[in-house]
Amino acid sequence: MADDDETPPLMQRILDNPFILLFLGVAVPAVLYLIWGIMEIISIPVAG
Amino acid sequence: MAEQFRTCPDTGLKIHLPAQALMKANAVAAVVFLLIGGIYGLMVGLTRWPAVHLLPADWFYLTLTAHGLNVLIFWMIFFEIALLYFVSSVLLGCRLATPKIGWVAFGLMVVGALLNNYIVLTGTSSVMMTSYVPMEAHPLFYLSLILFAVGALIGCFIFFGTLVIAKAEKTYEGSVSLVTFGGITAAIIAVFTIVSGAIILIPTLLWSLGFIADIDSLAYRLIWWGFGHSSQQINVSAHIAVWYAIAAIVFGAKPMSEKVSRMAFLMYILFLQIASVHHLLADPGMSSEFKMFNTSYAMYLAVMASMVHGLTVPGSIEAAQRAKGFNSGLFEWLRRTPWGNPTFSGMFISLVGFGFLGGISGVVMGAEQINVLMHNTLYVPGHFHATVVIGSTLAFMALTYWLVPVLFRREIVMKGLASWQPYLFGFGMTGVALFLMGAGTLGVPRRHWDITFSMTGGIVHEFPAAANTLLALNGLSVLLAVIGGAAFCVIIVASLLFGRKLGDEEKLDPPIMASQPADADYVGIGKFGSTVPGTLVLALVFFVSFALYYFINWKYLAETWGIS
Amino acid sequence: MSTLSPPKERLWWKEPIDRSELIWVSIVFVWGLVMSFMMPYWHVTGNQNLSNETYKTTPESFMARTQANVDQYTIRHEGPRDYPVVKPPPGGDVYMVSRLWDFWPIIELQKGESYRFHLSSMDWQHGFSLQPANINIQVVPKYEHVVTFTPNAIGEYSVICNEYCGIGHHMMIGKIHVVE
Repeated sequence: MADDDETPPLMQRILDNPFILLFLGVAVPAVLYLIWGIMEIISIPVAG
Repeated sequence: MAEQFRTCPDTGLKIHLPAQALMKANAVAAVVFLLIGGIYGLMVGLTRWPAVHLLPADWFYLTLTAHGLNVLIFWMIFFEIALLYFVSSVLLGCRLATPKIGWVAFGLMVVGALLNNYIVLTGTSSVMMTSYVPMEAHPLFYLSLILFAVGALIGCFIFFGTLVIAKAEKTYEGSVSLVTFGGITAAIIAVFTIVSGAIILIPTLLWSLGFIADIDSLAYRLIWWGFGHSSQQINVSAHIAVWYAIAAIVFGAKPMSEKVSRMAFLMYILFLQIASVHHLLADPGMSSEFKMFNTSYAMYLAVMASMVHGLTVPGSIEAAQRAKGFNSGLFEWLRRTPWGNPTFSGMFISLVGFGFLGGISGVVMGAEQINVLMHNTLYVPGHFHATVVIGSTLAFMALTYWLVPVLFRREIVMKGLASWQPYLFGFGMTGVALFLMGAGTLGVPRRHWDITFSMTGGIVHEFPAAANTLLALNGLSVLLAVIGGAAFCVIIVASLLFGRKLGDEEKLDPPIMASQPADADYVGIGKFGSTVPGTLVLALVFFVSFALYYFINWKYLAETWGIS
Repeated sequence: MSTLSPPKERLWWKEPIDRSELIWVSIVFVWGLVMSFMMPYWHVTGNQNLSNETYKTTPESFMARTQANVDQYTIRHEGPRDYPVVKPPPGGDVYMVSRLWDFWPIIELQKGESYRFHLSSMDWQHGFSLQPANINIQVVPKYEHVVTFTPNAIGEYSVICNEYCGIGHHMMIGKIHVVE
């Protein structure tokens, strides 16, 4: 085939790398859900 | 090393024997805990049935705790570990990384699951699966879950190790299969799930032992749901991988588009776990921005992914059927599917039930404001019986019918009963989901032993009479589902013990692996300018149902008290 | 090649996408935008948006303020437990304690008026489930949640616990009256 040596597009290379995906799949929810959520709880004021 | 492999005569798959032994062990453990959890589920359903009201209160709460843990955690995760070994080792034709450590993982999981069942049965830990602090369980309750989770985490690492070996030893060319990619999605979500579980359960264990004075209730809820909800997202990813696998097994289907399906899985990897906030929408303290962003899975990108799978799985089946010549009209391809094959019928009921019942109810209930109508009512278990039981459990059952001859080299017994089993279980569970959701819309609380309030000294609340009817119908549906579930356990156990042994070279007749249509057969299929017009019509029916139900619930919300 | 085996095209990213898939992805994407819009839209135009106003507190502090509110606004006692019925002025603060295993005190409200409800737990987690209005809110110890309610119909309402809180969970019930 003609495209034998062609490097796959960037997005395909990301999808083909389980460890990049593992990093993203742990980091993204850790930031958006766990860390953001903890920040919300910490910032609750004390009753007056 | 060569003698460590065999080639399956039915499927042509190259199977690593140490991996096969581990898959068998995990799958058998899964079915055992399904059976235990199912018996507990039967007792829950019969106690909720007002005219039966089987168990006393303490036993009801104990049973409900055990039911949740056995089926939501133990059955699911054991099966998923078997599945992860299958999609890595078997589908990539590769040896499994460190089978000996695989047995350590299995041992930890078995000890954890048994210890958990024991400590719950002693009556000291009737705290529900959620074990919300500051309600306290026996320390062994938390320890047992930690042991189980550590075992499962090791299983995930073995899966990733196997991917590394397969790539290094070049056991496959190019990219992994789509089904393996679905397995990667499930394993990644599993790692996040288990890490969240460790972050919260280890301090809670120390708290129950007196080493820590206090666990913040809100922080517990936040992090526990990172574990409790995400663990159900492992199930979703795994059962969608199973749908794709069954499409290939029964029809020789190929993905409509690798790119679209894999991007949909990527949306799961990135955003499915953040919907853990579904459980916190009625909580104090967290801002609406946090709730809206997370509950929508980042503007519904993960919902979009599910709806894409919902099209591409039946779409790939339709395309394969049309390529085989069933190309007339909109639905000839669907009429000519093997409805008596439990591997197919189970998968198809799983697909429809997960989408129409579980998916729609989940997204509606997950709208920030609508949630206040459903939080902690029976609507919630109604919803997740559609997702986890009709969706995941039925898909796993369907695949098991195929795994028995492939992995265990035994023929399935009682094939007549097997062909009915997915319908019994699927329709029973559809009833459970619908009737529980119905009772929830009438305000009936979940996890509640006595909605007649007979023990409050005269302070009562009367639910609409329909609630009693719905709970009775739920009880009948539970019976039907339990018959279906028991039939599954009996068929599988009997097949493993008494099924005809298949020879090393023997091929089953009819074959259990469909031939693939040639590429040329796909040319010119379809109608009305679409290759999969039937699936597109079904998808549009789904979309209209979804949109109608979504806006109806905003209307319900507008009718209640003002809340601000 | 099937879904069980590696993609046939090595550069599968460059394969064309079927038109049916493109149509569906477009529909679903737009639908996601519609649903994303609905929640902020309801915050602007809708009347049912659960407040996030919350304070850290202690059971002692919350109970003391509840007691003061009860002492000030009790209009009668009623029911098998002879609980005080508290009727704060419209627009005023209402305190309701969740504890093992009841809600205290009984509240009387006027239809169409707004009240600032203060909810907290004395012990474990509870659920504030207002029936038949079907409003369900989590009640968490050491946090005080302030929610404004505007009842829209007269009648006797029940508050049922819908978060499991131990062996007496099903005995946990309270009352709110809404009058003209």
